[in-house]
Amino acid sequence: MAEPAKEIVVDPGLDETIKKLTSEKIEKTINKVLTKGAAARLKVYMQTCVHCGLCSEACHFYLSHDKDPRFSPVGKVKQTLWEIVKRKGRVDGEFIKNCSRIAHTECNVCRRCSMYCPFGIDMAYLLLLVRRICALLGVVPQYLQDTVNSHAVTMNQMWVKQDEWIDTLQWQEEDAQDEVKNARIPLDKEGAEIMYSVIGPEPKFLAQLLGNISMIMTVAGMDWTMPSFDGWDNSNMPMYSGDFENMARVERKHFEAAFKLKVKKIVMGECGHAFRGAVYDGPKWLAWKEPPVPLIHAVQFYYELIRDGKIKIARKFEQPVTIQEPCNIVRGRGLGDMLRYIMRAACEDFRDVYPRYEHNYCCAAGGGVINCGPPWKKSRVEGNRVKAEQLKATGAEIVVTPCHNCHSGIEDIINYHKLGMHVKFFSEILVDVMEIPDELKAE
Amino acid sequence: MYEFVSGPLVWISFIVFIGGSLYRLVSMHKLAKKEKVIYPYMSLKYGLRSIIHWVIPFASTNMRRRPLMTVATFAFHICLVLTPVFLLSHNVLWRQSWKISWWTLPEGTADVMTVIVILAAFFFLARRLVLPEVRFVTFASDYVLLAIALAPFLTGFLAYHQWLPYKTILILHILSGELMLIAIPFTRLSHMLYFVFTRAYMGSEFGAVRNSKDW
Repeated sequence: MAEPAKEIVVDPGLDETIKKLTSEKIEKTINKVLTKGAAARLKVYMQTCVHCGLCSEACHFYLSHDKDPRFSPVGKVKQTLWEIVKRKGRVDGEFIKNCSRIAHTECNVCRRCSMYCPFGIDMAYLLLLVRRICALLGVVPQYLQDTVNSHAVTMNQMWVKQDEWIDTLQWQEEDAQDEVKNARIPLDKEGAEIMYSVIGPEPKFLAQLLGNISMIMTVAGMDWTMPSFDGWDNSNMPMYSGDFENMARVERKHFEAAFKLKVKKIVMGECGHAFRGAVYDGPKWLAWKEPPVPLIHAVQFYYELIRDGKIKIARKFEQPVTIQEPCNIVRGRGLGDMLRYIMRAACEDFRDVYPRYEHNYCCAAGGGVINCGPPWKKSRVEGNRVKAEQLKATGAEIVVTPCHNCHSGIEDIINYHKLGMHVKFFSEILVDVMEIPDELKAE
Repeated sequence: MYEFVSGPLVWISFIVFIGGSLYRLVSMHKLAKKEKVIYPYMSLKYGLRSIIHWVIPFASTNMRRRPLMTVATFAFHICLVLTPVFLLSHNVLWRQSWKISWWTLPEGTADVMTVIVILAAFFFLARRLVLPEVRFVTFASDYVLLAIALAPFLTGFLAYHQWLPYKTILILHILSGELMLIAIPFTRLSHMLYFVFTRAYMGSEFGAVRNSKDW
């Protein structure tokens, strides 16, 4: 089959690293991955798949590329894993580079396809295996690898140093006090009810979200704390590059912070992949069936606050809004109804999307794809035309999404496809519409 | 020739089919135990919930999106399994050699079911040739597997109607049936063995861990 010319993307993480590979190293690494950790599922999935192509229409990349079969889930597995298995690992550097492009930048491991496969084959798992092989060979898009390096060195995603972290929290605490009297961000409060954790980019680029949570927690009267030390970052990029050893270090550190602070539960900020790492991929690799500390996502937390009347809505948000459902908390945790509950509670004109719940499309940014950086941005936004069409059909002006990857990814899609919408986190809506009791109102 | 294919070869193919299938399942079980994260996540309730949603026609979203494929798949698989088991002439053979027999399909019905298998097989073939997303992931082995599944029904149909030299067709029919039995554990026809397990695992992950549906 003739390959149509594809835009060449320059990424030293792939182009330079493959120069150092030898065929022996590739073969050895592949055979280690395929026979050691992965044997059962890989083998059964390979023996079960009847090459029917029924998973194709599950994939936003496939749909957005006018049904180009190279972008279907099984098509991606065919170009990578089937070939690797067929050739018993005897592939060259160029091939590995291609594998990384497909597995790291053209698949969000969103798992929509496993709901379309009659056998329930987990294609995301298969493409994560490909990423694992690439990562062990050092072939990972450079931007993504940089976040992984940051995790490995600093235990957070953005090279944030401890003094910068504490400084940012105190700055945001002060900002929050402009709105809510006595707003606090209590650091290292042992025995608090809740440890709140966020992802590295919050202090780095979106510090106002920390101010938001300070206001919300104060108004709701929560007993909460944040760690001043490593473990505050719940994000996990090694999980997506394929560096599972570092994934485990990050997850362990996060839970250890909760142990150290002796909290009853962890509440995580509005992020999908971080939730997946903490609730599922991390514990699984660490051989824990469940997270060792109860852990809930911000959506569930807001739902409980609103449901229990701890936060009251003063006046609803007026502009027409819709949602982007993060795969990792909706398909990955069934929080779709809670998300709609809080949206309807806080917004006058909520417009639902179609397809929705488990069947909603991924934002094309998740799964580490947006972290592959600017070189891959065009391929990412072009790969999600269906999302643009889906959002446009709602006629909403604001897209609310409780996930950082979705947030940035949807913003890029809106700009590229000229939708004229804006993206917000739920906390941005909530601080706008919640009732601040008189005694807490700042003068 | 007839004596050989209808005697020792039948024994061999059933032994290989049953033995091979058991071997496949046991080695899957052993590997799954080694992977450590498989069994702890398995849930009977959610596994069954998933299987049920995928063995009832149109119970899953993807089946509703592709009605023709759904009808063809269900008709194909149901007829493929039931026809040989409940066929009158197969039953006669069981009675002759083992003195056992059971309920049989009316001959006309069995004939129609055979035709359904044949038509569905050609539908699958056409899909493979025509649809780009299927053609892209089609290997030569996919055609071979389809031929293995089709052959016993095509030859059976011809034998029943005696349109071609009966003896030759009958021998070909028996041989192709035996080939299919032998192929099941050792080719991707083993999706027959694995279906409940892959489904149950995904159903368990979706239900018990992810709190959502997988259909």
